[in-house]
Amino acid sequence: MDYDYDVVVIGAGPGGSMAAKTCAEEGLNVLLVEKRQEIGAPVRCAEGISKEGLERFFEIDRKWIAREVSGAIIYSPDGTELKLSSEMAGNEVGFVLERKIFDRDLARMASKAGAEVIVKTTATGMEREKDGLRIRLKRMGEDYEVTAKIVVGADGVESRVGKWAGIDTTVKLGEIESCVQYLMTNIEFDPDFCHFWIGQKYAPGGYVWLFPKGESSANVGIGILPTMTKKTAKWWLDRFVQEYYPDGKIVEFVVGGVPVTGPIDTAVSDNVMLVGDAARHADPITGGGIANAIKGGYFAGKVAKEAVDAENYSKEFLRRYDEMWKNDFGKTLHRNKLLQKKFLKLSDETLDRLIRSIAGYNLEEISVKRLVLELIKKNPKLLWDIRHLFT
Amino acid sequence: MLVIDRYKCAYCGACISVCKFNANELVETFVRVDEEKCTLCKMCVRVCPMGAISVEE
Repeated sequence: MDYDYDVVVIGAGPGGSMAAKTCAEEGLNVLLVEKRQEIGAPVRCAEGISKEGLERFFEIDRKWIAREVSGAIIYSPDGTELKLSSEMAGNEVGFVLERKIFDRDLARMASKAGAEVIVKTTATGMEREKDGLRIRLKRMGEDYEVTAKIVVGADGVESRVGKWAGIDTTVKLGEIESCVQYLMTNIEFDPDFCHFWIGQKYAPGGYVWLFPKGESSANVGIGILPTMTKKTAKWWLDRFVQEYYPDGKIVEFVVGGVPVTGPIDTAVSDNVMLVGDAARHADPITGGGIANAIKGGYFAGKVAKEAVDAENYSKEFLRRYDEMWKNDFGKTLHRNKLLQKKFLKLSDETLDRLIRSIAGYNLEEISVKRLVLELIKKNPKLLWDIRHLFT
Repeated sequence: MLVIDRYKCAYCGACISVCKFNANELVETFVRVDEEKCTLCKMCVRVCPMGAISVEE
């Protein structure tokens, strides 16, 4: 039969736009659907990404970047500072994005490559139609349908596409960071670093972050695990802000849930691939999700092209998408899930001890791996059970 | 009955991801609850970053 599209992508965040862009560049007929009336807003993100995460796929456009940082400072519960900084001054390691601009630009790139983009349109369901799918859409109250060979579900933490396709992506309470963030101005901090406060004292099951967006403005946010506290994320963030930045002004509110399940068994079903938060691809330690969403979108786009060429949209065929993301960042998701479980069990006193054990060091490589390896070296007994994660 | 305070809700979708019963849905800028499906298990109440969800007896 004739299909309206080769691929319909649901959700125009970085993962969805990247999938649509890749499909379009491969010559596929693709529709990108966004339920919000604006792409890139409201943002549900702290906006941090490594330089590498962006450079792998894009010629970096300066207007996407609110601020570059050269390192990170971690504060333990007793206030001990651990500075992670790149060796050479001016060697930038991370970006704090302006997602409102970045997301729109990515959707524009998809559109320029040939994808059709529609906003203020919600996917309300889908069902099988011969070898393909019939997708129900609702646009400003009006229902209509389109058909496609493949659907890419990039519909975020609240994903429905996975559920419709029979991929169980329900998140348990202990597997989601409940997050609130304020864009604050009139505060003082070192704008060349991202700042992290760890421990139950600040954020049970998560951490507090400050990501600079300018000299005196920053994303100040928190993630907590709902299983570890009865108070809300907002309560914990307000408490932190009152103590540390009482004179700061809040100029924007950002709220969200970050799935930290670790890698799911499969992100595909017949005719369907999931990317980004919908596929639970956020990192269980850092909570970062943009880079993996972009990679996943790219892989899904490539596999969609192969599937269309082979006229095979079965889950067996689409499993090559699973293979691609698992071989790329799946291992890190798995390792960081185990690390997260280990760190959740540590008391604030133990965290203090760990941070103090390496606080004087200048760790030149900034990565979870480097940091944890150093911690293991200094605290072999305490961390013996996670040694194997790095061998 | 599950009550969502629309003045507090920031429509982030966290509550949808933890619902085993597909009883809620993020419709553009508000959360809709299907009372037929909702079992009042309170998972969504606990995950809500804003404390916008409650159960009214």
